[in-house]
Amino acid sequence: MEDSTVKLHVDNISLSFGGIKALQSVGFSVQHGQIVAVIGPNGAGKTSLINSITGFYRPQIGAIRLDGVDITHLPPYKRAQLGIARTFQNIALYTNMTALDNLMAARHIHMKANALTAALFYGPARREEIANRERVEEIIDFLEMENIRKTIVGNLSYGLRKRVELGRALALEPSLLLLDEPMAGMNVEEKEDMARFILDIHERQKMTIVLIEHDMGLVMDISQRVVAIDFGIKIAEGTPDEIKQDEHVIKAYLGQEVQPENAADLQAVSE
Amino acid sequence: MSANIRPSGVFDTSYAQDIALNRTRTDKWLSNGLFVVLLLLPLLSSEGPLGLNIVPSLWIGTLNRIAIFVIAVQGLNILTGYCGQISLGHAAFMAIGAYTGAILGRELGMTFWLALPVAALVTGIVGLIFGLPSLRVKGFYLAMATLAAQFIIPWLLRYPLEPLTNGSRPLDVPVPNLFGISFAADGAMFYIIIPAAVFLSLAARNILRSRVGRALISVRDNDIAAEQMGINVFNYKLLAFFVAAMFAGIAGCLSAYNTNSVSLDTFLLDQSIAMLAMLVIGGAGYPLGPLFGVTFVLLLQQIIIPALIPPLNNVLPGLLPFINPVNIYAALSPLIFGLALAIFLVFNPRGLAHRWEIIKIAWKLRPFSH
Ligand SMILES: Nc1ncnc2c1ncn2[C@@H]1O[C@H](COP(=O)(O)OP(=O)(O)OP(=O)(O)O)[C@@H](O)[C@H]1O
Ligand SMILES: [Mg+2]
Repeated sequence: MEDSTVKLHVDNISLSFGGIKALQSVGFSVQHGQIVAVIGPNGAGKTSLINSITGFYRPQIGAIRLDGVDITHLPPYKRAQLGIARTFQNIALYTNMTALDNLMAARHIHMKANALTAALFYGPARREEIANRERVEEIIDFLEMENIRKTIVGNLSYGLRKRVELGRALALEPSLLLLDEPMAGMNVEEKEDMARFILDIHERQKMTIVLIEHDMGLVMDISQRVVAIDFGIKIAEGTPDEIKQDEHVIKAYLGQEVQPENAADLQAVSE
Repeated sequence: MSANIRPSGVFDTSYAQDIALNRTRTDKWLSNGLFVVLLLLPLLSSEGPLGLNIVPSLWIGTLNRIAIFVIAVQGLNILTGYCGQISLGHAAFMAIGAYTGAILGRELGMTFWLALPVAALVTGIVGLIFGLPSLRVKGFYLAMATLAAQFIIPWLLRYPLEPLTNGSRPLDVPVPNLFGISFAADGAMFYIIIPAAVFLSLAARNILRSRVGRALISVRDNDIAAEQMGINVFNYKLLAFFVAAMFAGIAGCLSAYNTNSVSLDTFLLDQSIAMLAMLVIGGAGYPLGPLFGVTFVLLLQQIIIPALIPPLNNVLPGLLPFINPVNIYAALSPLIFGLALAIFLVFNPRGLAHRWEIIKIAWKLRPFSH
């Protein structure tokens, strides 16, 4: 039925909260191994879209398919088991845990210990701890966070917390990574690091990534396709170059039909 | 950060060592040695076979009581400290364990060794049922829902189940036996209660450092993120209720067989609140929190306050002539208790276990204080 190259299919979903229509029949699909950027002004419905994919929000109409399988009715934790991982716009780490434990907590779906075997912490339960610790250490190496491993994440800087959150998502070993403004609020250097990590993940692991980002410059650099939404409606979809020229997009960002002189304008207006 | 400080010069060489409870050989000797010394105490009391009187036998009874409450509060720590679900019904769960254990022994002649696990299981299931509201409500509202358990359970035990429980009057409990050895004396019960407390505290500690413990803390720290990170939040909340109630059930059953009597008025709301106070004072979410909190509160209640009351009772009526001396006397104990807790929490808002960690780090980092 589905095209086997499609990783994620958002099939015309509509989501409303009382009178607020957060999403209205939004549909698009993401190919395996693609990086797709979702753009749109504040309140456009971008986060609501990600929340609908993870199952935190339930669209009233439409369907979500992952690898051709309808997951519309699965609870969030089952979707995570199927390979969907995300980061949050407003960091949602486990504040009182160390960075290491935040990542280890995300190994949950790859581990088996139950309350009884955990209580005895012997044999398989112990071996499982060590094996998963090794996987997590690889991610820690990759994200260059060796020196904050055992820091309580509540004490970390904003940029580092964002990085730990990316690490936590990676620790799930997902096949679809959803990043909600991974670079918002960072300084230039941190943004460059984050962009490098995202590109690395994409290249090395052939990861499919959906990314919300305001900075049009970055969107142009990283993504292969862009979906633009405004007031809950998809207003455009295409390659970054097409989107830059799209009159609906320009209108949405500027509120009038003016050609933006450069990408920075788009960003400045959106923030 | 603080949880993983090693003495200067000690480095972990493997992940296995990094996750071990006793990271160095000294740690291991210290903890094992402490346990052995503890087990020797009854032998040195007047109850022991050697006829020595080095350890006052009153201590043995106090240690038993402390250990029983350590078990109960370890359970509460899993539920409230790790999983973040407040319960005001913990004493009621202890009552379930106590009465189940007692009734199984009395009515069915079941041996204590079987009655204990059955009582634990029954209490766990009851806890699970009263944990169901946690699907829908959190925080203050959940506390209210668990308060229902604290009223319903004692009521059930007092009235509908009176033929079995003896209602408001105390119920006699048989003496545990093992191969003809009777566990009537405090000194004998000590060898059941202390190993149980140590074993269950270790079990709680192990749960904390495993997949399950991390899932529980994830639920506490951010349930919305946890659910989207593959954790079945509701399952883990229920698991926390189940395990917490099981610990309470074991504590209740042990207390019944320890005193060979059960009475309902030891399992009321004030006891639930006292256990929450123990947890907070000791340090909620810290493995050692229950031990510190229970010891502090029981010593305060049973030794410090009784010692303070007579002198205060001599002075206060003179200072407060407008209050009936009888009322002053009645108010003293709760007043001192409340005051002590308030003062204590102002200076140790994160509990004794947190303070202990700080002291430990300072010690291990010596002679380099940075
Ligand atoms: N849980 C909710 N309850 C009620 N309204 C909501 C909820 N979540 C989102 N909305 C509304 O849905 C609309 C879209 O919000 P959303 O957070 O998806 O926007 P966004 O594109 O991510 O914006 P931003 O760039 O500010 O992050 C907004 O009008 C918002 O107020
Ligand atoms: Mg958003």
